[in-house]
Order: sequence, then C-alpha cells, then structure tokens
Amino acid sequence: MNPKRRKLLITTIFIVLGAGAAAAFALMAFQENLLYFYSPLQVAKGEAPVSRPFRLGGLVVHGSVKRDPHSLAVAFELTDTVEKIGVRYDGILPDLFREGQGIVANGSLTDGVFVASEVLAKHDENYMPPEVADAIKAAGGAVPTTHLRERQN
Amino acid sequence: MEGIVEYLDMGGYAFYVWTSFGLCMGLMIAHLILPRRRERRILGEIRNRMRREAGRA
Amino acid sequence: MFGQAIDKYAAPENAYTLAGRLAPWFGWVTMFLLLAGLWDSLFLAPADEEQGESYRIIFLHVPAAWMSMFVYVVMAGAGAVGLVWKVKLMDAVARASAPTGAIFTFLTLITGMLWGKPMWGTWWVWDARLTSELILLFLYLGYIALQAAIDDRRTAARAGAVLALVGVVNIPIIHYSVMWWNTLHQGPTIVRAEGPAIHISMLIPLLVMAIGFTTYYLAVLMQQVRCEILEQEKNSSWVRALAAGGK
Repeated sequence: MNPKRRKLLITTIFIVLGAGAAAAFALMAFQENLLYFYSPLQVAKGEAPVSRPFRLGGLVVHGSVKRDPHSLAVAFELTDTVEKIGVRYDGILPDLFREGQGIVANGSLTDGVFVASEVLAKHDENYMPPEVADAIKAAGGAVPTTHLRERQN
Repeated sequence: MEGIVEYLDMGGYAFYVWTSFGLCMGLMIAHLILPRRRERRILGEIRNRMRREAGRA
Repeated sequence: MFGQAIDKYAAPENAYTLAGRLAPWFGWVTMFLLLAGLWDSLFLAPADEEQGESYRIIFLHVPAAWMSMFVYVVMAGAGAVGLVWKVKLMDAVARASAPTGAIFTFLTLITGMLWGKPMWGTWWVWDARLTSELILLFLYLGYIALQAAIDDRRTAARAGAVLALVGVVNIPIIHYSVMWWNTLHQGPTIVRAEGPAIHISMLIPLLVMAIGFTTYYLAVLMQQVRCEILEQEKNSSWVRALAAGGK
C-alpha cells in the first residue's frame, strides 16, 4: 500500500472512531433524556421529575382496572413487579390496553396518584398464533411475555 | 363473499394493513422502473451534446 | 495489490455490461420472492395472539428496517473503499445505493407509524429507536443533497464518503437503542441472544420477504450503478459510441 493510501485509510478509521467516541459521550451526557419512561420503582426512589410531567411505564395490575360506567374515566394500577402506583386517566385507551399489559402513561404525580393525559400500550417482541398460546397455557406453562424489564440505568 | 369481506377487513385494521402494503409495493415498483428511464435519458443527453459538438466543428 | 485487482474487474465498461446482465436475474428472483412472501404474509400466516391481524405490517416493517441499515453499511463501506483506494466503481455503488436506502428508511418509518397508531395508540413518539431511525433518514437525505450540490463527481464522492462514515455510528445505536434505554418500541424479535421469539409460521414469510427485499436492492443497484457509470464516463469513447449507436 502506498503511503498516500495508508494515510487516507488511517484518516478514514479516525473519522469512524472519532464519530463513535463523540456519539458515546453525547449519549452518556443525555442519558436521562433518552429514557422514554420511568418505572414505579424509579418513582419510589425519587428519580422521576417532580415539577414537570413525565412518563410512567409498567404493567397493568390484574384486577385493578376500574372503569366509570358513565364516561371514559378509568383508574388502574401500574407495577414493575416491585412497586405499584395508581393511575387515573380520562380518554381513549389503545386497543392493546388490558390487565397484565405493558403501558406507558404520560402525566404527573398528584398526591401520590399519577394523573395521565395520554396512555400508550407497549407490546412485546413475541409473536405466535392464538392456538399456540392456548396450547402453552393448557400445558401449564407461562406464555412468554417480556415484561418491562428493570434496567440498570 | 362474506369470507372475502371479513378477510379484507383485517380484524378492523384494514386501513393500517392495506395502506402499509399498498404504499410499500407501490413505492418499490416505481423505484425499480425509474432507473431504466434515467439510463435512456442520460444516453440521450450525451447524444445531444455530441451533436452540438459536431455542429460547432 | 488489492487496488490493482479491483481495477481490473472494475473497468467501467465491463462493470456496466455485467450490471446490465445481472439486473434482470435479480429482478425475476425478486418478483418470485415478493409474490411468495406477500402470499404467505397475507394469507398463510396466522393472526397473532396479542395483536390480531394488525401485526401483518411486521412483514414489511422489519425487512425494510433491516435493509435501511444494511444499505447504509454498504454505502459507507463502498464510499470508504472509493476514498482510500480510489476505485471509481465503488463511488458509483455508494451513490447508487443512497436513494434505495432512503426509500427503505422512509418505508420503515411509515409502516411503523401505521402499526403504532392502532397498537400503541400513537403515530409517533420521540423514543430512542424511532428518533435514531429518523436520523438515518436525514443522513441519507443529507448524502443525496450533497451529491446533488457538488458538480465535480470526485469531490462529491469524497465528501459523501466522509458524511456516510461519520453516520455509521448511528447503525449500532439504532439496533441497541431498545436494549440500552427504556423505549416504547419493543426489543428485537429475531436478532437476539435467546433466538427468535416468533412462531415458525410467521418467521418463514418474514425471512422470505427479507431475502426478497435484499434481491430487490441488488436489482435496483444494478440499474442505478449503470446510470452512475455512464455519468462518470460520459467523455470516454465507449460511452460516446454507446450513445451514438443507441439511436
């Protein structure tokens, strides 16, 4: 390889590594802003913002959904299997909303209750026909659902 | 007949499913055909340039 | 050494002829795979337990997303070879890939929105996965704009290669975004340590579509690269002879 090409090759490698390092530092600096939602545990630990709205993510607790028969108002609890937080919402729920489902709610804490202005459903990465899911349940197994995993950050 | 209507309804998600498939295939087919025209256009441009040069000389 | 070997096979006229010969083959294979893949995705594959029929968008969304990243890596790789070894054919490959990559990225975002609205309850959220894929679209558009703005093809190729190489860092960010941060978007289904989390009856159409999208890219690339070679070599005698003869 002639010296000119070698110099170009080294420059190229530096461009890629440099961009990578810059991106890594930038992402570390903005780590908090890249978190799409906070878990109930993070809220309990006081990591979630107090003065401004934030997003709360968790699973809808089985048996906790209470709907107002006269309006769209609904109350339910969200859990990350460690902590629980009560949520109140008045609006249209996504089709996937149901007990046990992963949910991300946007809103703020008022007297320990999370008042949501928007509720989004989070689905998992498992895909299977209903018959297969039924067969797994019939065999006494748990249908694989990746719940909102507790992350280290 | 009823089966076809039910199929096309996609469990109530007809708009989302058919828009996705229609848009995807439409755009991909268009993008496959356009370069053929582009090649003819480029050759035509080169031919025109050659004609101009020949006229000048 | 390496450069000379490439130069021999990358002689523009030979590459132009070879691309023309390969294009229809990739075209036919693509047509077969996409027809089979569409039939399987829309008729044979069963509905999903959780998402019903709406999940069928996955058969477009995931292959398009894979291709949006794969084409970018090809574009940046070809650009790097063109930059370092001055292989003009690789400049042409990089430039010819950009529009297809941009279209795959656009389709990834659009099908994702059309899937997100009924399932998540929103067209768009600014989570790490969606945002990094949007940045990919801007990288492609930036590359295309750069090529259009610079008249001198060698300068344009060099500037484009640098832009593409800087943007390569975004590719692992897109893939790992769903693992590094809490996102609304779910984790990977196929490319994950535990193996695919999708039933075989749904995995097969997904893979057929993915291979079909790959051969589609190759079919378009063969045609686009012919155009790029013609523009690169427009002053050479063989292109002039071709233009004069093709009347």
